[in-house]
Amino acid sequence: MTDPGTTDTGTTDTGATERRSPLDEVHRAAGASFTDFAGWQMPVRYSSDLAEHHAVREHAGLFDLSHMGEIIVVGPEAAESLDYALAGKLSAIALGQAKYSLLLDRDGGVIDDLVVYRTGEDRYMVVANASNREVVAEELRDRTSPFDTEVFDESDDIALIALQGPDALEVLQQTPGFGMQGPGNDEEDFVTALANLKYYRAIAAEYEGQPVLVARTGYTGEDGFELYVAPDVAARLWDALRETGGPRVVPCGLASRDTLRLEAGMPLYGHELGRDILPVQAGLGRVVALTKEGDFVGRTAIEQGPATDAPVLVGLAAEGRRAARADYEVYDGAGEEATRVGVVTSGALSPTLGHPVAMAFVAPEAAEPGRELFVDVRGTRVAASVVALPFYKRQA
Amino acid sequence: MTDQTELQYTEEHEWVLVEGDTLTIGITDYAAEKLGDVVYVDLPAAGTAITSGKVVGEIESTKSVGELFAPVDGEVVEANQAVIDAPELVNSDPFGEGWLIKVTAGTLPKLLSHAEYRALVGE
Repeated sequence: MTDPGTTDTGTTDTGATERRSPLDEVHRAAGASFTDFAGWQMPVRYSSDLAEHHAVREHAGLFDLSHMGEIIVVGPEAAESLDYALAGKLSAIALGQAKYSLLLDRDGGVIDDLVVYRTGEDRYMVVANASNREVVAEELRDRTSPFDTEVFDESDDIALIALQGPDALEVLQQTPGFGMQGPGNDEEDFVTALANLKYYRAIAAEYEGQPVLVARTGYTGEDGFELYVAPDVAARLWDALRETGGPRVVPCGLASRDTLRLEAGMPLYGHELGRDILPVQAGLGRVVALTKEGDFVGRTAIEQGPATDAPVLVGLAAEGRRAARADYEVYDGAGEEATRVGVVTSGALSPTLGHPVAMAFVAPEAAEPGRELFVDVRGTRVAASVVALPFYKRQA
Repeated sequence: MTDQTELQYTEEHEWVLVEGDTLTIGITDYAAEKLGDVVYVDLPAAGTAITSGKVVGEIESTKSVGELFAPVDGEVVEANQAVIDAPELVNSDPFGEGWLIKVTAGTLPKLLSHAEYRALVGE
């Protein structure tokens, strides 16, 4: 065997000083294996990638995402400044609402994909990928400088725990110590608020008297919650969720998070998204609010659109067990004379579906659903059909 | 479960059990754990000639692909059908039911002892 330590979880070795999550001791005590993720030592798995994956689809999984970046944009013109800085119309979202958005460069390429929460009338929290935290903070500072707005990178003061899966609501409701923020609120109010919380909405709650932003968001294709808390509260909260959920709550590493998001057809920065990719190529044209008034960074390039022959993102489904993986080449035939039509960006043997799935950028003429393509899997051409994304959709 | 101290090892995280001129080859628990859940193995069929240091098979987990190197010059006499059918055996019993191939070989190259291998992987 060659280097068995190699994992493909979208990690980037930045060469930065190794950073540790506030939950690091909890993970070590639980026997986690670690991987470098944007300079952070984060759990890649605790027991088995497959067991963790299935736990999220069937019951619930607990993820530590404390490496993600949280950047606060606050001020009387916060909404307007974000309308200019980002691709979405953030002024249109209500207090307590979240929106998936993109930070574009002037050429229309994607600098990062983000989830933006409106946590106050003039206050937003922008959640960035760990590897892009600094560039996102810098761009936001730069782009909002003409506005009456301030930008604070609060990543070091915010830990993030995700509880994902069909049992997530019940477990969170049963975990003692939660209440809504503000006087006169008790656990019952929290339980009700949680039940009524819609997808991509967040509430200001408390855990043991400490503020927690509880958001019904996630990256797994399941129902679930993301909990933003102070680092010194994170370990107690993590333990409480595990204790309440018992065997229904399985700690999950970044490896299972990657197969879950792949099945759910969700793009990963550095794989399906990057500076050389326009949103529309990745199927994210709808994320760019071209109808919003005023200019925003990247507008001209987006309106111009990509070249007509620019590759587009497709789903590929294959039979058997041999998975296509990132960087494998895609051909329009099995033979020697076949033309290369694209490249795989993410791929795995889908644990839920039992067959290989992949996302790939292919030439537009090869992108129609049902089209049979061939992936070069280490010298063997494996047939794969173009299918609509996502591969997996949970039952409503 | 084979007695690990009686096995020999390669730096590529394979183990070799020598019984006369027949060698049984698998990957170590260290390699299996690092790979994660093994979901596919590709092994050479009986009769295949193998050359020391050359890739003869693949062990694919949910997250990565490992290559199986031939530790010796020889000929494959059997590939483990059980592990082809149930690749998870590589994780659950790497030194036993999860063996990969049996080969015949004339001369055995210098391999690592159990103690040397454990030192290599820092255990």
